[in-house]
Amino acid sequence: MSFEYAPAPESRASVSIKPKYGHYIGGKFVAGEKHFPTINPATEEILSSIALGGKKEIDAAVKAAKKALDLHWSKLSGRERGKYLFRIARILQERAREFAVLESLDNGKPIRESRDVDVPLAAAHFFYHAGWADKLEYAGVGTNAKAHGVVGQIIPWNFPLLMLAWKVAPALATGNTVVLKPAETTPLTALLFAEVCEQAGLPAGVVNIVTGDGSTGALIVNHPGINKIAFTGSTEVGKIIAQAVAGTSKSVTLELGGKAANVVFEDAAIDESVEGIVNGIFFNQGHVCCAGSRLVIQESISDEFIKKLQKRMEKIRVGDPLDKNTDLGAINSRAQLDKIKELTLAGDTEGAERWSPECALPTKGFWFAPTIFTGVTQSHRIAREEIFGPVLSVLTFRTPQEGIDKANNTPFGLSAGVWSEKGSKILWASQKLKAGVIWANTFNKFDPTSPFGGYKESGWGREGGRHGLTAYLKGVTHE
Amino acid sequence: MSKRIDVKKTYKLFIGGAFPRTESGRTYEVKNSKGIFIANPCMASRKDLKDAVVAARAAQTGWSQATAYNRGQILYRIAEMLEGRRDQFIAEICELTGVTPKKASDEVEASIDLLVWYAGWTDKISALDGATNPVAGPYYNFTIPEALGVVGFIAPKKSPLLGFVAGVAPIIASGNTVIALASESAPLPAMSFAEVIATSDVPSGVINILTGKSTELAPWFASHMDIDGLDITGLDTKLITEIKVAGAQNLKRIHSFKEVATPGRILAFMESKTVWHPIGI
Repeated sequence: MSFEYAPAPESRASVSIKPKYGHYIGGKFVAGEKHFPTINPATEEILSSIALGGKKEIDAAVKAAKKALDLHWSKLSGRERGKYLFRIARILQERAREFAVLESLDNGKPIRESRDVDVPLAAAHFFYHAGWADKLEYAGVGTNAKAHGVVGQIIPWNFPLLMLAWKVAPALATGNTVVLKPAETTPLTALLFAEVCEQAGLPAGVVNIVTGDGSTGALIVNHPGINKIAFTGSTEVGKIIAQAVAGTSKSVTLELGGKAANVVFEDAAIDESVEGIVNGIFFNQGHVCCAGSRLVIQESISDEFIKKLQKRMEKIRVGDPLDKNTDLGAINSRAQLDKIKELTLAGDTEGAERWSPECALPTKGFWFAPTIFTGVTQSHRIAREEIFGPVLSVLTFRTPQEGIDKANNTPFGLSAGVWSEKGSKILWASQKLKAGVIWANTFNKFDPTSPFGGYKESGWGREGGRHGLTAYLKGVTHE
Repeated sequence: MSKRIDVKKTYKLFIGGAFPRTESGRTYEVKNSKGIFIANPCMASRKDLKDAVVAARAAQTGWSQATAYNRGQILYRIAEMLEGRRDQFIAEICELTGVTPKKASDEVEASIDLLVWYAGWTDKISALDGATNPVAGPYYNFTIPEALGVVGFIAPKKSPLLGFVAGVAPIIASGNTVIALASESAPLPAMSFAEVIATSDVPSGVINILTGKSTELAPWFASHMDIDGLDITGLDTKLITEIKVAGAQNLKRIHSFKEVATPGRILAFMESKTVWHPIGI
C-alpha cells in the first residue's frame, strides 16, 4: 500500500499585496502611468498591477541615484555604509517568512525552496558584503579602490529576491548607488524590498527600483548617467547589452545562460549521484542558469542509472508551490512554458526518446512534468540550447576523455558536475571541464563567499566572494 | 675590391612554429626612418589569421597543462635568447624608428627584463588570485585562475619590441596561446622576435605572429568565434566600438592596457574556476 501526502499549505496570511504598485524612486513610491499585471503562475490569479517604467522614470531614478551618491552615500565611511547592509540582512531574516511566501506566489517556486534557499541566501549575501564595506583596500584592486558611481542592475525571474541580493549587496558595500529593474513577471519581492530599505533607514535614492519589461531594461543600459551595468539573464540579451555599451566608458558584468553537464563516471556512488542529478535539473523547475540539464553518463552504468533515475523521478511531487511537500512548482510564465514545449517537441522530432513519470498536473496555471530524454546526440537542439525547464537530456560516453569532450561541447561554460568516488579522477575532470563552477559529488550549491560565473558565452565576471566584489570597484589594473 | 653586398632577410609570418609566407601573396613596403626601403613584410590575410587560430587552438591544451614551472622556464629561455641577440635588435630598432642607440638599447633591455619578470609570475599568479572560500556548509570550496584559451593581440605602434613583448608574455604566462599582430609601421622587430621564440623551446603554435594592416585584420580577430580574448592595446581608438561590437558575438574578453608590467595583464585573460566538494566520512 502507499501513503498519500495530505496537503500542507503554507499560510498566505503573512503577505499583503497592494492592488497596484508604482516605482520606488528617491525613497518614495512614485505612481506609474502604464501598468501590466503580475500573476501567480500556479493559478493564473492576478496578484497586482505593476507600473511599466519608461524614459521619464529611468531618468528620475538615475537622477535620484546620482544625487544620493553625491550627497550621502559617497560621503559615508565604509564602516557606516556596512551598518546599513547589516541592518538589511537582519530585516530580511526577520521578515523571511513573508518574503518566502510572496516569492512562491509570484514566481511559482516551491515554498520549501524559497524558504530554505532563496531568502536565507539573500540575507547571507547582505551580511557577507556588509563586512566588506570597510575593508575595500584589501579587495585586491589596490588601496585606492573606488566605486563606479550609479549602477544599473537588471535581474531575472528565476530567483527574484536572491538575484536582487547578489546585485544590490556588493554594489552598496562598495559605495555605488543603484537603479534596479526586477523581471517583468516577478516584481513583488523587489517592491517589498523597498520597504526593507525604508525600515533600514537607507538614505533616499541609494536604491531605486523601477519595474517594467525589456524596454525598461534597455533604457537603463543605454542611459548616459549609468556607470556600470550588471545583468543576469539570457545569453542573447547579454550579447545585445555588450554591443550596446561597446565603446562607452560603462563597465559591464554579465551572468548568462548555461547548458551544464553532469558527468557521471562508472565509479560514482549511484544513489547519491541520482539524487544529485535530480537536484541538478529539477531544483526550481529547472529555471536555473547553472542547471545540470545534460546528464553525460558512462555507458557501462547507463541502463541501471536511468532506471534508478526514473524510479526517483516517480517520487517527485508536482503541484501547489505553497505546499510544504511540493518538490516541483509551477513554470514561471506561459511564454516560458511555450518555450519548453517547443524545445521538447524538437527533442521528439529529432529522434530522442522522451520519458516522464505519471503525474497529474493542475488544470489551471503553467505546469510541465519532470522529463528526461534518452538517446540524445550532441547535435540535438535539446543538447545544445538552454531549455530552462525540468527537462534532462541524457548522453553517454565510453572513455573519460570522451565524457569531458562531450561536456565541453557547448558555447556555454557556467557550471558542470562530476560524480566519482575516485579523488584523482574528480580533480582531473574538474581541471578539464570548461566551466566557472564545478560541483563534484554535489550540485547547485551557492554561497556568498563562493565566486559564481561563467566561461565562454555564459558571461563576463563573477558574483560572490572577493572576485565578485571587484566587479563593483574601479582601480583594477586593466582598462 | 668591391663593397660586400648584404644578405637581406625575407620577413615572413610565424604560424604553428613555421615561417610561411602569407597565402595571399601580398606584401607591403617598410621603410626606415629616413625613407629608405628596408623590407617587404607579409600583408597577412583573413585566411592566415584562420590558420594561426587553428595552430593556436591545437597548442593550447598542451601549453596550459605544462607545469607553471615549465612555462616559467620557457619564458626565461626566451629572455636568454633575446639577451644573446641584443645587438641585432638594437640595430633593427634604430634603423626602423630612428631612435638613438641608447634608446634602442633601453628598449631591448627592458624587453628582456620584462620577459624575466613575467617568467617569475607563472607559478605565483594562482596564489595571488586564487582563494579557498569558507562556505556555510560541509564543503571544501576553492577558486583558481585558469587560462582563458586562445587570445589575439593587436600590438602597439610604438616601442615595436617592448610593446610586443608586454602583450605576448603575460598572455602566454598563464597557459594561453596567442596570435599577435605586429605593429603595422614597425613590424620587423616582432618578426625577428619570432626567430628568438623558435629557438626557445616554446612549443609550436603557442605564439603565432602576423604582419599586416590592423584596420583590415582587427575586425577578423574580433569576430573569430574561436578566439576567446583580445588585447587591443595597439588598436586605433576609432576602431574600438566596432571591435567590441564584433567581439560580443562570442562574448570575447577584450581589454587594453597602459602598464607593461602588471599581474593585471595576466589575470585579464584568465577565468576563475570554483570547485566544490563535500566534506564527510
